[in-house]
Amino acid sequence: MSQPQDRAVGSVRLWEIIVAVSFFVFGAIVVWDSRRLGAAWASDGPQAGYFPFYIGLIICISAVAILIQALGSGAKGANAFVAWGQLKMVLTVMIPSVIYVALIANPLYSLGIYEASAIFIALFMRFLGKYAWPTAAAVSIGVVVVFFMMFEVWFLVPLPKGPLEALIGYR
Amino acid sequence: MQEIQNLMGGFAVALTWFNVMLMLAGVTLGVLIGVLPGLGGANGVAILLPLTFSMAQSPGGATSAIILLSCIYWGALFGGAITSILFNIPGEPWSVATTFDGYPMAQNGQAAQALTAAFTSSFIGAFIAVVMITFLSPLVARFALQFGPPEFFSVYLLTFCAFVGMAKGSAFKTIASMMLGFALAAVGLDTVTGQLRLTFGYMELLKGFDFLIAVIGLFGIGEILLTIEEGLVFRGKSAKLNVKVVLETWKELPKYWKTSARSALVGCLMGIVPGGATPASFMAYGVAKRMSRDGEKFGTGKIEGVVAPETAAHAAGTSALLPMLTLGVPGSPTAAVLLGGLMIWGLQPGPLLFVEKPDFVWGLIASMYLGNIAGLIVVLTCVPLFASILRVPFSIIAPVILVICAIGAFTVHTSMFDVWLMLAFGVMGYVFKKLDYPLAPMVLALVLGDAAENAFRQSMLISQGTLSIFYSNALVGGVTTIALVLLFWPLISKAIGILRGKSGRVNQTE
Repeated sequence: MSQPQDRAVGSVRLWEIIVAVSFFVFGAIVVWDSRRLGAAWASDGPQAGYFPFYIGLIICISAVAILIQALGSGAKGANAFVAWGQLKMVLTVMIPSVIYVALIANPLYSLGIYEASAIFIALFMRFLGKYAWPTAAAVSIGVVVVFFMMFEVWFLVPLPKGPLEALIGYR
Repeated sequence: MQEIQNLMGGFAVALTWFNVMLMLAGVTLGVLIGVLPGLGGANGVAILLPLTFSMAQSPGGATSAIILLSCIYWGALFGGAITSILFNIPGEPWSVATTFDGYPMAQNGQAAQALTAAFTSSFIGAFIAVVMITFLSPLVARFALQFGPPEFFSVYLLTFCAFVGMAKGSAFKTIASMMLGFALAAVGLDTVTGQLRLTFGYMELLKGFDFLIAVIGLFGIGEILLTIEEGLVFRGKSAKLNVKVVLETWKELPKYWKTSARSALVGCLMGIVPGGATPASFMAYGVAKRMSRDGEKFGTGKIEGVVAPETAAHAAGTSALLPMLTLGVPGSPTAAVLLGGLMIWGLQPGPLLFVEKPDFVWGLIASMYLGNIAGLIVVLTCVPLFASILRVPFSIIAPVILVICAIGAFTVHTSMFDVWLMLAFGVMGYVFKKLDYPLAPMVLALVLGDAAENAFRQSMLISQGTLSIFYSNALVGGVTTIALVLLFWPLISKAIGILRGKSGRVNQTE
């Protein structure tokens, strides 16, 4: 009886292979770029690519070894990497986070970190925590005001600011 | 004795009203960080590091800044025990062993005793480690003053080989993760030749990857994603600490002085070696279990099973600062972040620090004594408060922590690109954790990458390109040999196992 919530999204083995192949590609890029810079011995000492060349090489070798281990993993490799229900939880955090970061600063209209944070916390509480709007608004605005005081007023660390701060004279 | 005199000078530096306030604030903040999911010692300190930039500029400010940050570290170490015992959630990897007996004790209604025992033994472990640091670090620093590039490179090599040797999972995964750190550290402008490496024309990559961003992403975002997988609810035991329980537990604790002493020794020895805190806590637990008269009852809520791992973990976590201060080689991700802080404030960690900035060094060492006392007082008095924070629903805590991580990543270089990088590192941390790739070697490689490469290049320049320089004298040869033994330890131990197996008796312990 497998319910849609428990459906596996890839086996451990599949993900091991994906990650190992990514490592190999990354290592190959490092090796290639180091060769481009020169990974040999110049008249004045080692060239810029000397050290990274070997780093890239070791990455490639380890990637192959991990790949072999992954292919050889028996029952453990067949285990689910992540269940669909779990992945859904992860995505419900990850996707809003990406939108949140995009809202802070983008070429079209930047909200600044404070406004974006307030919206992010409020929506997160409303839709994932099922809080009433007043509670969500109170918590999110309270948190943001504390951060504003801490960074802009006490520690004088400037963060990206949006339209509301401009109204009260912070830019 | 010179050390005592220096230490007294250090106390004079550390014992100002301002610094004591910072200590209390740091410890409280640290416990909070240790208790909250997604925030641990390493990324908590990384996020708060930018707040100290302006503080460190004023005269004597660097000492105050390091006192604040190191106290956050002590606090986080204490905080890990609270979640382990009350919620069965280890806040840090080295608190895992504390859950074995701590959580059963809480289930038996002895949460207060378990917490008192954990805090007290943490304090004792840390105290013994600080005493060791006080007397050993000046010696190590004096010794290390004679180090040249080959010696430093061999120490770096030892650091990284130790990770491979101590790793519990696949050695290749440790190596891959570590080398990824080195490769990311190489991105950007090469300081020696002035050439651009691995930037592929992207200007954002010019300054390379900052390890603070990696720490915030890998440990912060990655941890949140892992936590949310399990759902939004924590179920924990409640605890009230009152003076009576504390005193009664204290009366009981001296019985276990042998366990404490052994665990502290294990912790101090393992802590100097990088990545040692987690194995130290397990080792101390194992040793205590074997040596104890009722070892078979371990795991059902024995107070000794809390004392042993906590003492060892704190001793190790504290002594991880010894190589950081004396050699500039951090023993743990959090020590690496502290090292990064020193470098940003314009202090070069290493043997010269003891000569050039004795005020700073001894102020820090004195603050370790005071900070741990402050920590003990704070945790013993405020447990219910901290435990109640874990009852705040995750749907409030998670977005707030994500916001804190974003702010922390932004403030490191006031760059939005870093915030995007943090998210990418977060996803990477999540996948790596699920596949058992260790994260600590990668962070340490990112921190030490440039220094290790420079040491290697300079050694190669001296030797005109032959590797024999790493065996040119007894010291460098010895360190290199130990490093290689550790690197091949997984193979060696397997070989020993096969030999033992052939001789007919398989010696099975643990």
